[in-house]
Amino acid sequence: MIRTPLRPLARILSARNTGENPDVIEAENLRKRHEKMRDAMRLRAESRLMVLGLAFTAAFLVIGVRMAGLASNTPTEPRAVRNVTQILTQRADILDRNGALLATNLVTNSLYAQPHLMIDPESAARGLADVFPDMSAEVLLKNFTGNRKFIWLRRVLSPEQRQAVHDIGEPGLLFGPREMRLYPNGQLAAHILGGAGFGREGVHSAEIVGVAGVENTFDAYLRDPANNGRPLNLSIDLTIQAASRRVLRGGMRLLNAKGAASVLMDVQTGEVIAMVSLPDFDPNSRPVPDIKKDPTESTLFNRAAQGLYELGSTFKIFTAAIALEDGLAAPDTMIDTRGPLKWGKFKIRDFHDYGDRLSLTDVIVKSSNIGVANLARDIGAGRQQAFLDSIGLFEPVPIEIAGVGSVRPLLPKIWSELSTMTVAYGHGIAASPLHLAAAYASLLNGGFKVTPTIVKQQGPVAPRTRVVSGQTSATLRAMLRQVVTRGTASMGDVPGYRVGGKTGTADKPDPNGGYAKDRVIATFASVFPADKPRYVLVVTLDEPVETSGPAPRRTAGWTAVPVAAEMIRRVAPLLGLRPEIEDDGAINYTLSSN
Amino acid sequence: MRSVLYTLEAVVVIALAYWAYRENYATQEALRRVDSLQVEIGSTHETLNVLRSEWAYLNRPDRLRALADLNYESLQLMPLAADHFGDVNLVGYPRFDPSEIQGPVDVMGPPMEANR
Repeated sequence: MIRTPLRPLARILSARNTGENPDVIEAENLRKRHEKMRDAMRLRAESRLMVLGLAFTAAFLVIGVRMAGLASNTPTEPRAVRNVTQILTQRADILDRNGALLATNLVTNSLYAQPHLMIDPESAARGLADVFPDMSAEVLLKNFTGNRKFIWLRRVLSPEQRQAVHDIGEPGLLFGPREMRLYPNGQLAAHILGGAGFGREGVHSAEIVGVAGVENTFDAYLRDPANNGRPLNLSIDLTIQAASRRVLRGGMRLLNAKGAASVLMDVQTGEVIAMVSLPDFDPNSRPVPDIKKDPTESTLFNRAAQGLYELGSTFKIFTAAIALEDGLAAPDTMIDTRGPLKWGKFKIRDFHDYGDRLSLTDVIVKSSNIGVANLARDIGAGRQQAFLDSIGLFEPVPIEIAGVGSVRPLLPKIWSELSTMTVAYGHGIAASPLHLAAAYASLLNGGFKVTPTIVKQQGPVAPRTRVVSGQTSATLRAMLRQVVTRGTASMGDVPGYRVGGKTGTADKPDPNGGYAKDRVIATFASVFPADKPRYVLVVTLDEPVETSGPAPRRTAGWTAVPVAAEMIRRVAPLLGLRPEIEDDGAINYTLSSN
Repeated sequence: MRSVLYTLEAVVVIALAYWAYRENYATQEALRRVDSLQVEIGSTHETLNVLRSEWAYLNRPDRLRALADLNYESLQLMPLAADHFGDVNLVGYPRFDPSEIQGPVDVMGPPMEANR
């Protein structure tokens, strides 16, 4: 570019000659130069603005198009991301303590009809009635020819049924994918597992909801996708549960009982290893509760955890525990057993007359009502209540099975001195066999409170509250052992396992008031091995009768005890307990290996 | 010189475009494969689940017991009982004969108790 000088010499000189001011020329030239510069700058700024504007328009356009695309498209999962998407079933499995399958999911189909798509409703109705005997062709035809556009026909189909329906060849009959809950072991552990049903249902899927038992309690856990399908490990042992159920069923039949329950619990951790309640049901097709019938007679009723029974003399050990713990009596302290013991109009009697006095051990061994009633009178209502509360007999058992958390033991409304005396031998107070098992475990494991659980634990819970001293616990175990060796539970001895336990026979309350004469609840609460306690077993039979003798026998010693003994005989080896030779001190050898 | 540069640029652009094109199709192919593999994994899972349930069903304790009873003659299986427990001392170990040792070897550590 040729720059015009601000003061061109020629013009300056001529201006000077004419006497004009040369500065005017300079100013004029400067103005012209500035104007030129301004024009150039404007041009540049304009073009820059233009480019910037274009860039922004393009950017907004891109974003706008992308947003419109996202808004109008159906969302898809990002596929290119390296994801470890596990294909999971809707609901996690439930396993036993060794990993055996208790509940799982199975993929099946549901069947529905869309009548407006049907070609030949009549033959479709006939074909369906052939496949499913419970459907009637007339009703189906009425439905198919009506105004309805959508009809559910079956919630779950077996593969054979699906093929049969497929073979009808009707385009208006359609299948929807379904997952169903399967309990491969059937009735085993029915009351623990509970069962599952369908929640919200759609054509393409249906929610599986736990309706009872563990399925209900852990519903959120089992359905939580964050758990990544991690199964729930229960404390139940499948083999032991099966053996217990078999023995209990046999015992129940043999003794003509109308119901039975058993609880096997780990003494230290409170894990329930087996819990059976008979009669039971199949959780694969959970029956609908009959509202007209008594719910406690239903197969759905868990007698072991929900049934509240007066458990009779099994409670005597609690009275003995208080007496020992408070130093009121030692095992050889003589207790007054003169009968009948009168309190107002009420008389307390013993099964036999045991003479004037018995030692505390013999009161338990021979099961003297009068003895413990006298002892309870000395202990007093306050201390008795506090003690029973401390071993969990006043509160529902906090076990993780739906419906058990609301089962509160029935206690005397007014805890009079008479109540104190009857509660001492287990009358006037009703608790579940599970309560009893937990209380026995707490007393006999060395004196630490046990909280029952159905979930597998990793060893005993660290901070444990003491309920009785270790010494008291050992004394109680020795007493219970003697009940078996020379007392009311003599049929309960299992060679090698040193069973200790206490029988309890309680008359059933009559619906018309008072107690029934010939209907009892027979209970045997036991611990084995008595010297090194590992497990507590409670067996309860509802209205058992032993008819092998000349007169029918109903006491627990003749009914619940043999059943419990058989159960221990079967179950203890399965639990991995070595039988120990009852050692009389003659042979002494040590086991060693290198 | 300049024209050489332009030609080189054009060649590079063509090469890159070809590479991008190939990658695009390779990615799509891989995604399709992933999809089909996912479907396969899904159906295998389903099969696995069915097999697991079936295994659990066939191994339910009631059935095993019935089978053991049925085949008692050949299997002679009985419920585990207390007298099935043995003692380590009752296991018959092979009798130790020192004369069988030939060519003794040096060992580190304390000598082993040979007759156990």
